[in-house]
Amino acid sequence: MAQFRVCPQSGLYFHKSAESLMKANAVAAVVFLLLAGVLALLVTLTRWPTVHLLPADAFYMVLTAHGINALLFWIIFFEMAVLYFASSTLLRSRLATPRWAWLGFWLMIIGAITTNVAIFQGASSVMMTSYVPMPAEPHFYLGLILFAVGALIGCFVFLGTLAVAKGENTYDGSIPLVTFGALTACIIAIFTIASGAIILIPTFLWSVGLISYIDPVMYRIVWWAMGHSSQQINVATHVAIWYAIAAIVFGAKPMSEKVSRGAYLLYILFLQLASAHHILVDPGVSSTWKIFNTSYAMYLAVLASMIHGLTVPGAIEAAQRKKGYTNGIFEWLRKAPWSNPVFSGMFMSLIMFGFLGGITGVVMGTEQINIIIHNTLYVPGHFHATVVAGTTLAFMAITYFLVPVLFRRELILPGLAKWQPYIFSIGIILFTLFMMGAGTMGVSRRHWDMSFADASTILGMTFEYPGTAKLMMGIVGISGVLSIIGGAMYVLIVVGSLLFGKKLEASAGFWQNFGVPLADSCYSPTRPERLGRPPVIEEHGSAGFEAPGTFVLAIVFLVTFVVYYFINWKYLASVWPMS
Amino acid sequence: MSAILPPAERLWWNTPVGRQEIVWVGIALLWCLILFAMMPYWHVYGKQNLSNEAYKIYPAAYETKVKAMVDQYKVREEGPQLIPVVHPPAGSDVYILARLWQWWPILELEKNQTYRLHLSSLDWQHGFSLQPLNINLQVIPGYEMVVTMTPDTSGEYTIVCNEYCGIMHHTMLGKIFVKE
Ligand code: HEM
Ligand SMILES: [Cu+2]
Ligand SMILES: [Cu+2]
Repeated sequence: MAQFRVCPQSGLYFHKSAESLMKANAVAAVVFLLLAGVLALLVTLTRWPTVHLLPADAFYMVLTAHGINALLFWIIFFEMAVLYFASSTLLRSRLATPRWAWLGFWLMIIGAITTNVAIFQGASSVMMTSYVPMPAEPHFYLGLILFAVGALIGCFVFLGTLAVAKGENTYDGSIPLVTFGALTACIIAIFTIASGAIILIPTFLWSVGLISYIDPVMYRIVWWAMGHSSQQINVATHVAIWYAIAAIVFGAKPMSEKVSRGAYLLYILFLQLASAHHILVDPGVSSTWKIFNTSYAMYLAVLASMIHGLTVPGAIEAAQRKKGYTNGIFEWLRKAPWSNPVFSGMFMSLIMFGFLGGITGVVMGTEQINIIIHNTLYVPGHFHATVVAGTTLAFMAITYFLVPVLFRRELILPGLAKWQPYIFSIGIILFTLFMMGAGTMGVSRRHWDMSFADASTILGMTFEYPGTAKLMMGIVGISGVLSIIGGAMYVLIVVGSLLFGKKLEASAGFWQNFGVPLADSCYSPTRPERLGRPPVIEEHGSAGFEAPGTFVLAIVFLVTFVVYYFINWKYLASVWPMS
Repeated sequence: MSAILPPAERLWWNTPVGRQEIVWVGIALLWCLILFAMMPYWHVYGKQNLSNEAYKIYPAAYETKVKAMVDQYKVREEGPQLIPVVHPPAGSDVYILARLWQWWPILELEKNQTYRLHLSSLDWQHGFSLQPLNINLQVIPGYEMVVTMTPDTSGEYTIVCNEYCGIMHHTMLGKIFVKE
């Protein structure tokens, strides 16, 4: 018998099995974030030239582990929780096949542990990309395959839940925009995992000797069909979280359902193409193919992100204006709840994702400009702006909402929580900017020693980067540590709240943090009332600008984008002619 | 709370879109088309493009070709590993191979002359990162890439390996000298 509880604080309904799965996945995510953060500290302290902490072999091992634990395990466990939330909770539906969902969860756990064991045994320091023909141990690939199968099961449980909700008529009209965004993420995830299977299964067979040769260019193309698309899962998910937080904190209503959903559709249609931007300077792939694919068929997915970048803050502005914050262009923003980490985290995620991650991604994904960027530190600079400043911070922001609502615990240390998004953001802004700066000066990614001390003894060759590059790497080190402190605050607050936070439901015990339900008295066997549509307000198609402040921000963004884009062409024009 | 509720209008796809969004989508689309057009434009009018010229080749066959060039044009050797320095004629095909953990041989080129630079790896993937210019190319075993280059500045240039290639990756340097 399906059992639901209603959260008195948010009015959201939680289905008992779905709730347990959300908790288990979210807790697993935070555990892997903690691990990834410790590894990040070691990596950062090694790349900080004056500290240069680890020896080379440990550095490459820890870097492999950092990438995989952060990008795959933290992010994807959290996404599973988001999928279950967006389907079961937002649609007031029971979760389809909870047993399968648990199977998926445990496969992901076993897979994650297997791969970590392989890495820390020391013979699989191949970086997360594991480019052939450099070999890792078979169980390195096997763990990733198990993890992916588990995630795939989660995707099907999500789709099944949408079908159940439709079949049992739990909501009126169309699915909410946030669920639509999660559906986008899920569709892209299925494509991603299929590509992953196509490349990882043969690579596994190769590592045990059953296949003799894997073409390295083919590997790169298919691996990135997985590697890139999985970033689009992240984008689709964190945009959905932006919309969700705008709705939760402000009661904001999407400016236009049609435009926002259309933008999501563009993601589904075009994002898969973009694996090309990782192989722009590879041999054996033609320029025509590169141009078409790296631009997602004329940048239509970039267009989609630019649309969300307007409609999310636009919806917030419109909601704030309705509440009376109508003075000038920016009163709505000044009077926003900046001390609420749910909002401040979400808003900074949006700004940093656009200005730092988005602009640099398009610049370095330009076929020719990639020549001056490929494999330099610019690359991790860029993707820490997308996947840390964008996705990770958005996930952190929604956690502050979920701790009381899902886990029924009050946040501990609210004063610290108020500051956490700011400290994390300042750290990440400096960290990514200076990493990109060092990359522009040629400093290589995945590199243990930018002073090349050993090369002079072995090869008799010396090389030094400009002094500014070294200085920048010092700032990368310091700001990296700052952002890790911000991350540690998050882990402390979340774990502390789950363990010691005031219980908001009388019966919430210790184990309920890890997937055990609350006491029976919290649930009722009756189904929640059908989720209705909000009343129609006739205000669409207004000739005026509903959100002028947002429009100004959008224009500032565009100008930054244009200027920075052409600066890079100018820089490219200064290197040796090539054809 | 409406992004987490079903759309108010049952036929939400029929409701008109506000002016502000239409204007922004128009501007953004225009910018996207410019972004797209810049790449073909640069192929025609820009000076920094990659060729598309590449061949599949067995690593051993590539090694033979590089050795032939070295035997013909070697001028001296450098360093404890006696890495040959070659000075091929202006305008010719020049070869560099990547292997664990060196770039071989060292090239000596002439300023403002055009060369066809061939790159491939004998073992794992490597990254050709020419510093301080910051020209970066992926070097892949089994594939021979050809890029026509015209060094228009002279001096000592260093090839850093910027694709992770194992434990001594950070020692993998090479040189290109450009003479006036
Ligand atoms: C917040 C603090 C963090 C810091 C200070 C940090 C620092 C670093 C550093 C210094 C590198 C190495 C760059 C190089 O030498 O190539 C790196 C790589 C990486 N980081 Fe982070 N990181 C952080 C968080 C994250 C998070 C949250 C994610 C994912 C969600 C992430 C994903 C990655 C990935 C995928 C790599 C690339 C690994 C590779 O090259 O194979 N990082 N990080
Ligand atoms: Cu990508
Ligand atoms: Cu190398």
